[in-house]
Amino acid sequence: MSQDIRINVHHLTRVEGHGNIVVNVRSGKIEKCEWQVPEAPRFFEAMVRGRHYSEVARITSRICGICSIGHTLASVKATEAALGIQETEQTRKLRTLLKHAENFDSHVLHVYFLAAPDLLGAPSVFPLVPTHGAVVARALNLKRLAHEWGSMIGGRTTHPTTALPGGFSKWPTVKEMRLMRDRLVAVEGELAATLETVKALAPKIPPFARPTEYMALHSDQEYGLYDGVIQTVLPDGNKATYAVADYKKCTNEYLIPQSTAKWTKNRIDAYAAGALARFNNNHGQLHPNAKQAAEALGLKAIATNPFLNTVAQTVEIVHSYHESLRLMDELCKSGIKDEPLQKPTRYGQGAGATEVPRGILFHEYSYDTDGMCLGGNCIIPTNQNHANIQQDFEALVPTLLAQKVDEKEMELALEMLVRSYDPCISCSTHFLDVTFVR
Amino acid sequence: MAKPKVAFFDFASCEGCQIEFTNFGGPAFLELLNHVDVVEFREAMSEQTKDPLDIALIEGSFTREADRARLEEIRKRAKIVIAYGACAATGGINALKNHTTDYKDFVYQKDARMPHLDSSQALPISAAIKVDYAALGCPCNKYEVLQILSHLLHGKEPVVPTFPVCVECKRRETVCRYAEGDHCLGPIARAGCDAPCPADGIPCEACRGLVEQANEAAMEKVLMQRAGFSKQRASDKSRMFAANCRADTVQEQKQ
Repeated sequence: MSQDIRINVHHLTRVEGHGNIVVNVRSGKIEKCEWQVPEAPRFFEAMVRGRHYSEVARITSRICGICSIGHTLASVKATEAALGIQETEQTRKLRTLLKHAENFDSHVLHVYFLAAPDLLGAPSVFPLVPTHGAVVARALNLKRLAHEWGSMIGGRTTHPTTALPGGFSKWPTVKEMRLMRDRLVAVEGELAATLETVKALAPKIPPFARPTEYMALHSDQEYGLYDGVIQTVLPDGNKATYAVADYKKCTNEYLIPQSTAKWTKNRIDAYAAGALARFNNNHGQLHPNAKQAAEALGLKAIATNPFLNTVAQTVEIVHSYHESLRLMDELCKSGIKDEPLQKPTRYGQGAGATEVPRGILFHEYSYDTDGMCLGGNCIIPTNQNHANIQQDFEALVPTLLAQKVDEKEMELALEMLVRSYDPCISCSTHFLDVTFVR
Repeated sequence: MAKPKVAFFDFASCEGCQIEFTNFGGPAFLELLNHVDVVEFREAMSEQTKDPLDIALIEGSFTREADRARLEEIRKRAKIVIAYGACAATGGINALKNHTTDYKDFVYQKDARMPHLDSSQALPISAAIKVDYAALGCPCNKYEVLQILSHLLHGKEPVVPTFPVCVECKRRETVCRYAEGDHCLGPIARAGCDAPCPADGIPCEACRGLVEQANEAAMEKVLMQRAGFSKQRASDKSRMFAANCRADTVQEQKQ
């Protein structure tokens, strides 16, 4: 039977930002299959020009409301690289703890509110309030806890106030840190329940595989999240590393008409960033409890099903939770002191990278001798995933056609695929639209 | 009686104000759902409707003519429109580029003329449609949003402070940034946030916009004399969040 399909999802729901899915199939032949990004462009790289180095992270944090902690940290790291500032050990620990808070917070939001409804056959979390009230309440409480944990260090989680080039402007007390640690310990049962929820839903994750290149930060010290060098792994296990300063050599941005966001590629036509890419690169360095979680959820490196990104996020929720308990213990033991901001030792150009929940993030700035910004460049994880999503579409649509799925089923599968990347389109500029033409 | 229908919409923004809505925790969030029906919220739900709305919360700036029709459609459906966060209320951070003309070339270079990249000045949504109330700030203060909603549900007029941020610092007993050798826009910045930034050791950047008849010239002088800013830096300082509130911009937009 020859199929005609026309999908045109304008402004995909349950993703951050705006994206369209367009698929046209005539007599079983695919005429168009596009992932489009129509988000209104916002020109941040131009906005930072002429601003003082102390203001730049405050501006670029506004690229994204969900990963504003990550943007702040990538920005202060790039500015510190440009100004020859070394972070202290305490600053490094506090920033890492702040990063874990964001990772936990954002993954809880995605797993429970954005991804789970598809697996439960619901259009959103709201109809689940009467039927799955305890699960929704658990999700809201974990989200609230992560918000307060991040706020304890960053001042707030949406556009943090205290993380600055050179250190922090305010520090939590050991007492506050202890109380937060106790609150984390108190939700250990809710964490186990989260694993059970995901485990129960996992069989509903569509089977699909498309090997690609996976890019993430890698560090010899820890599972790459706050800091590291750039590493990519191919499906055959072949790894390559790049210095953060050379990020342009492995991102190779380009612009195409179906997107207001720039796209990227490296060793092959497209690569993936995000929790699954981090897992595929660095799974050996996960916290033992997170390794157990991966095993319990059946996640094995190198995982090539993009739908499993949500499972990798769940594994990282466990990792960030236990790593944070360890860091909190260390900080409580060593004490937390007020440290004056480290001052610039030079003025030039520098790049910084960190992992945000959705993948590797690069910022780069240059400064004049008055510390005023001459220009900047930001490469956001969702942009790095656009080309990979497009390639997934091109592989998934023929597979679904062969399975004789109908238009609605195909539309849902493509929407779920995009959601599994947890895209942040206002970050990338904005993204998603599926259309089938008959 | 049916619960009032509330919907969220987004334009050019980071969608962080919508995220703030998920930070209330279980009890407050679930209690709110006892009083309103959230019928549309693209970032969190797939349900959509064409029904009339009681309250529309709109996040994001009006940056391209193509968005005007969508804004007008929302206005037609909604009894009350709330500009939700700085981007919608004043243009916010997006307006930081408004005084420049080469931003498109700078970001997209040789591709800058591709038609889908069209974008003009970042304006508050009130430049396209009538706005009834505003939840100011970047991000908006989530408790103020609850208060505005609560007032509206009870048929009361929400009260949003018009005094400067300095008042709130004094009330919290926060040491002045100038006394710490720093700078601050608190004297001309509109309050209502409870001044979290100076309390966290950083300057107020006036993310809620400027007070009425702000003495911008005096502010510039203070920035130069007390914080050692150059004339240029002092003059550009308030562009970060308040570009559309400055007297020079207001004048230009009138012409």
